[in-house]
Amino acid sequence: MSLSGAWYLGLAAIVFTIGAIGLLVRRNVLIMFMCIELMLNAANLTFVTFARMLHDIGGQAVVFFVLVVAAAEVVVGLGIVVTNFRRRATTVADDLDSLKG
Amino acid sequence: MVHATLLLASTRPTWPDILVFAAAAAVILVGAVGVVTSRNPVHAALSLVMTLFGVAVLFIEQEADFLAAVQIIVYAGAIVVLFLFVIMFLGVDRAEDINVEPLVGQRPLAFVFSAITLGGVLAMAATAHWVTGARQVVGPIEGHVAGPNSPAGEPAQLGKQLFTTYLFAFEATAALLVIAVVGAVVLARRPPTVHADQEDTSDSELSA
Repeated sequence: MSLSGAWYLGLAAIVFTIGAIGLLVRRNVLIMFMCIELMLNAANLTFVTFARMLHDIGGQAVVFFVLVVAAAEVVVGLGIVVTNFRRRATTVADDLDSLKG
Repeated sequence: MVHATLLLASTRPTWPDILVFAAAAAVILVGAVGVVTSRNPVHAALSLVMTLFGVAVLFIEQEADFLAAVQIIVYAGAIVVLFLFVIMFLGVDRAEDINVEPLVGQRPLAFVFSAITLGGVLAMAATAHWVTGARQVVGPIEGHVAGPNSPAGEPAQLGKQLFTTYLFAFEATAALLVIAVVGAVVLARRPPTVHADQEDTSDSELSA
């Protein structure tokens, strides 16, 4: 039998926090996207852990949907990054200040 | 109602399980820190692959074999490759100076608030009196056909649930994927150049 779920939940919380720090600190849009993927993975790990603890397949079904939404999000997000790069030639979030008053 | 103490009390873990968890956790944490601290976006993407593999190992450890395979195929195989493709396509695979801090005081605040969040989540997980609902709301992880000698019927069970209980959500994700693909094509399409002078004026207006 594998370890108790508390270890997995703690690890997921730490990974989520690292992703949140990266999202707040980094300026490159691509790396901010990767940090969002980190946070989504932490949530997935939590779902799978609870699926095992509660012995309920529903948690794993939710992970399936999170995967699909993450894929759709990355496709559209990277499309926006490419489109924006054509106009501004930058992927740094601080340079996208054309709405600044 | 199932309480946390009841949930967390499981049979004694064996040494291989502890070793697998420790190794996977180390891989996950090193990869996650690598994503945040890499100066080169390509290195960050490769660190992300490392984290995704570690998470897949923990999925297998928790009897979610099908999701582990999907994790490798979809995340490591498709999403990270898409990231790498965009990084190389745009040619932004140069090292970036992450020592400069554009917003003064933002990094300490980010660390402080993230530490508060982490502490809050961990304290809540450790001390709170959880009410996590009934067991097996949707269905058990093992299928009915899975005996002690047959392989776990987990993928079959997951598929059954996806096409019965979660059928509407499943169809909605299909629509979402189609919309995302159409949106990506529309975004990536260059506007048709009918007249060169018109293109110039619209460009200058938009970039002004």
